[in-house]
Parts: sequence; structure tokens; C-alpha cells
Amino acid sequence: MNIVVLVKQVPDTWAERKLDATDKTLDRASVDVVMNEIDEYAVEEALRIQADQGGEVTIVSMAPDRGVETIRKALSMGADKAVHLSDPALHGSDAVQTSYALAKVLGTLEYDLVIAGSEATDSRMAIMTPLLAERLGQPQLSGARKVTVDGGTVRIERQTDNGYDVVEASTPAIVSVVEKINEPRYPSFKGIMAAKKKPLTTLTLADAGIEADRVGLASAPSQVVEFSNKPPRQAGQIVKDEGDGGVKVAEYLASQKLV
Amino acid sequence: MLDTRLTEEQASLRKTVEEFAREVVAPVSYQHDRDRTFPYEVVRGMADMGLFGLPFPEQYGGMGGDYFALCLVLEELGRVDQSVAITLEAGVSLGAMPVFRFGTEEQKQQWLPQLCSGRALGAFGLTEPGAGSDAGGTRTTAALEDGAWRINGNKAFITNSGTDLTRLVTVTAVTGQTSSGKKEISSILVPVPTPGFTAEPAYDKVGWHASDTHPLSFQDVRVPEENLLGQRGRGYANFLHILDEGRIAIAALSTGAAQGCVDESVKYAKEREAFGRPIGQNQAIAFKIARMEARAHAARTAYYDAAAKMLAGLPFKKEASIAKLVAGEAAMDNARDATQVHGGYGFMNEYAVSRHYRDSKILEVGEGTTEVQLMLIARELGL
Repeated sequence: MNIVVLVKQVPDTWAERKLDATDKTLDRASVDVVMNEIDEYAVEEALRIQADQGGEVTIVSMAPDRGVETIRKALSMGADKAVHLSDPALHGSDAVQTSYALAKVLGTLEYDLVIAGSEATDSRMAIMTPLLAERLGQPQLSGARKVTVDGGTVRIERQTDNGYDVVEASTPAIVSVVEKINEPRYPSFKGIMAAKKKPLTTLTLADAGIEADRVGLASAPSQVVEFSNKPPRQAGQIVKDEGDGGVKVAEYLASQKLV
Repeated sequence: MLDTRLTEEQASLRKTVEEFAREVVAPVSYQHDRDRTFPYEVVRGMADMGLFGLPFPEQYGGMGGDYFALCLVLEELGRVDQSVAITLEAGVSLGAMPVFRFGTEEQKQQWLPQLCSGRALGAFGLTEPGAGSDAGGTRTTAALEDGAWRINGNKAFITNSGTDLTRLVTVTAVTGQTSSGKKEISSILVPVPTPGFTAEPAYDKVGWHASDTHPLSFQDVRVPEENLLGQRGRGYANFLHILDEGRIAIAALSTGAAQGCVDESVKYAKEREAFGRPIGQNQAIAFKIARMEARAHAARTAYYDAAAKMLAGLPFKKEASIAKLVAGEAAMDNARDATQVHGGYGFMNEYAVSRHYRDSKILEVGEGTTEVQLMLIARELGL
């Protein structure tokens, strides 16, 4: 069972996230960066399936040079090797372009499963696995809170509001996972030491056979036109309880059409 | 030229433990401190990361790292929770390290794999109700009878000695008289449980509430003769060697405590407003925090230097004492300033700085008091 895990480097969840004023893309330079949190669950799930079924776990990440830090973290958790797609021409690519570039990279690899986090904390689009499934013509199983693999069949429990659905597909397939699925491990010191020695292939656009005019900000199908900061919070309205506090609160909620 | 930049792996280890401390340790720190409970789930997490085996070779179940790596980990843990940090520190440098340094191959094979895995904890019983740094005061005895040591006596303030995971207590005991008429002191391995060995109820401490500390009593405890650790009569000398290293580890933990006080104070000074602006915009507060940062930085530099000398095989006794002295005082001074920055909230136990305030006092006392460090430094100066 060979598994590819897609990993994204994002601004630290705890940091103030900003867009770059000049080209309105995500400002990655001025903040700490981390592995997208749900991707840690994806790596963990791949490692658990590997422990059970053998095979190799390969990390794939599209990121600027600095993305190496995040890839190494995935390797230190226990993944076997990594492919890093890094090219200045990718800057500003939107989700559609990114799915094109990642599909090209996946095309160079042999795998039974692709596992990814269900969404990234920076863009919050939750659309990468469907886009990839469409481009690759492979089945997609999304929102998995449990994954089981049996021969050429992969079955998931898909988290829903009221419970879960059981969905299955034949491999190769693309699976996205949610946080409920497992508890990701912290890398051990041995894992950290080993990570540096694991194979890490860096690909440019040309290496991956990606056409330069189909990626990057200039040709992006969707672009940020304008952005502004969240307005500061307004001071709330204080209701003094003089025996009729409940009534006043209810009146307020009704006036806001909340009840 | 001294280079204090971390390697990529060291930086990665530091960051991993920083995340672990923030995500796993911090959320339960207040509760364990309040309830005085041992953080088994945190210890389990540290064990899974291999931290208990960090500085030991892989052949004994270790991680193949070095003592400096351990120090980096202790600093990160100490920033958030000193009880957790001291549990690891004592488990490694007092529990496993003596066996690694002075044990026979058989003793190493028997004890190190389980201690390195963190599934078992070891403790070291040196201090007695009437003897800490003064070895001559040791009253615990071990008499060799029919191929077994019969141990009698009491030990005091022994870390990790009464947890559900405790499997080993190494004790120093008087095993005879030297030719010059002094007490002959040896170290002996006591498996837990052994009949006659009791960890008495835990101490009611000022701080380090989640760290496990007990008085121990030995009443006709019998262990095989082979449980002698190291040479007979070298028990105290060997332990002094362990203590020199241990000072660097405690300095690292203390540096973490000092830094944790800075972290909390910066955060609070930016958030908390008084008279229409964040209190950090007042120099009375900003300068106080700047001085705290300077203390933490100086402490870190001191322990990095001591660790570098030790790993290079150079004399490091004086540097270790200086690091322990400077870092311990930095922790206590920063804790006092940090609680002041926090005003009334700094007096509330759920605030991390109040815990640092209670926890840091021991950093000027444990593993050699400030006065002992000064004595050692003075001695190195020929005074």
C-alpha cells in the first residue's frame, strides 16, 4: 500500500494572518509557518495504515523554499520520502491552478491512496481533494473520520451532522480526513535525526511538466480584488437586571430577529 | 569563536517539544498543580517521544542524543511546567544516568531499556533528613550478609520515588569504614517493590506540586550483593560526578522558567490596559520585562557554554556551577517580577506566573544551593 500525503505549509494558527498589500496574496514571509494542522492527522493516518499494511509513505508539498521545514516535520513523524514542488512561478496560484500543479506531480508517482487534510487553515476552501479527483479521474472519499483498507478497496466513515455514512471506493483513491480520525504523534528525537537523511526531491515547473502559463498570479482564474480588515468590535449593550432582565434580553433578541 | 546557533535537528527538537508543551502540558498544568497529582498522561506523551532515553545510546533503548539535547528539552518544558520538567530531569539524570555511567553491562541491560522507554521510572536516594551536601552525615547503612545487602535508614526529598511507574531507587549507604577512619559510602540498586522499602506519604511542598517527592524508609531491605552500583566506597564520589552534569540540566530547566515568566509577562503587558493603554507601554513595566529577558538570555548563554565544554571533554565544573547559580536566580527574580507585572492576577493560582513564583524557589536550593555553587566557584578560584 503506497500512500501519498499532501501537506501544506500555512501561517501559524496562533499568529496574526495577513495579506500582502502589494499583490494581495498571503503574506508568508512575516509570520511563523507551521504544517496545516489537519495535515498532521493525514500523515498520522498514512503511517498507521503503513504500520498495518506495509508500503511507502511519500509526502508531497507545493510551497516556497521554506516549505522544507514542514516537509521535514512530516518525515520526522515517520514518512519515508518527500517531493517538494517549489518554483517562484507558482506564487499566487489559486486553488484551480494548484490542483493542476499537484495533479502533475501525482502523475509522476505510483500510489494506491492519496490522503489529505479536509481543509487548510489559511484559505479555508476545502476544495483540493475534489479538484484533484476530477483532474485525475479517481474516486474521492471526503471527510473521513475512519479509514480502512482491504485489498483494492478503501472504506471510510464520513462524518455528517447526525452521525456518519460509510462510503467505499476502489484504489487508487483520494481521501480527505477530519480531526476526529486520530491523535497525531509528536516526532521522536530519533525521527528528527532520521528526517534529514530521507530522500527529498525538489521539482521545478519544468521537472514536473507543468506549463508555466497555467500557474501563478498573472493567469489565476480567481484573484483577490480588494480586502479590508475586520471592523473593530462595537461595544455591546448592557442590560441592567431590575427584575426584568430576562424580558429585556428576550426583547433585544427579538428586535435583532434572532428569536 | 563560540557558536550558539542550534543545528537544524536541535532547532527541530526544540520546536517539537515547544509544541508538545503548549498543546499537551499547558492545558493540564493548573489542574495537576492544584490537585497535587502526578501527570501520568504527560509522562506517557514524553515517553512516546523518547525523551526519557534522549541522551543514551540506542543499544540500551536510548535515542542516541546528547546531554545538550536533553537540556534543550528541559528548557522548553520548564517554560510551561517545572513539575513536568523536573520529572523528566530526575528520571534521566538521577534515575538512569548513574546506571549508565557506573553500572555493569548486566545492570545496564536490566535497567536501561525500561528506564529509557519511560515505562519505568528510577529515583536516586542521596539526601537524608540530616545530610544533603554533607556526605559525612549519611546514616543509612548497608551491611553485607550472606551475599546480600541489608539496608536500614531514611532518605528525604526523593523525586519520582513513589509513582506507579517507579521501579528502581538507587541509594547511597554507609558500607563500612575507610582506612583513614571515614565513612565508606557506596551506591546500591533497590528494585521497587522490595519488602522493607516504603515510600512514605508525599511531602506538602511550596511548589512543584505535580512532581512526585517522598521521604523513603528502609527497614531490613535485602537485595543481592550484585546490586552494588559502581565500586564499593565510591558511592559519593560517583554521585558528585552525576551532580556536576545535573547542574547544567537544572540550569536549563531554570532558564526555561525564567523565559516562561518573560513569555507570560509580554503577553499580559500587551493585552492588559490601564489608564487607556496597554500597561506594556509604560516604561515601569517595559523595562522590568526587558530586564527579565536579559536575565533569561544570560542564563541560557551560561548553560549552553557549560554544556558545550562538558561535551567537548573540557573541565566544566565551574561553568556548571555558574550556570546553575545564574539561571536559578534568574528564574526566581523573573518570577517575582512577572507576578508584579500581573498585579492582583499574579497572586491567583490559575495564572502560570504564580506557579512559577512558587516553583522557582527550589531552583535556588535543589541540586546544590546557591551557597554551595558560590563555594564551588570560589574553590575553583583558589579561595
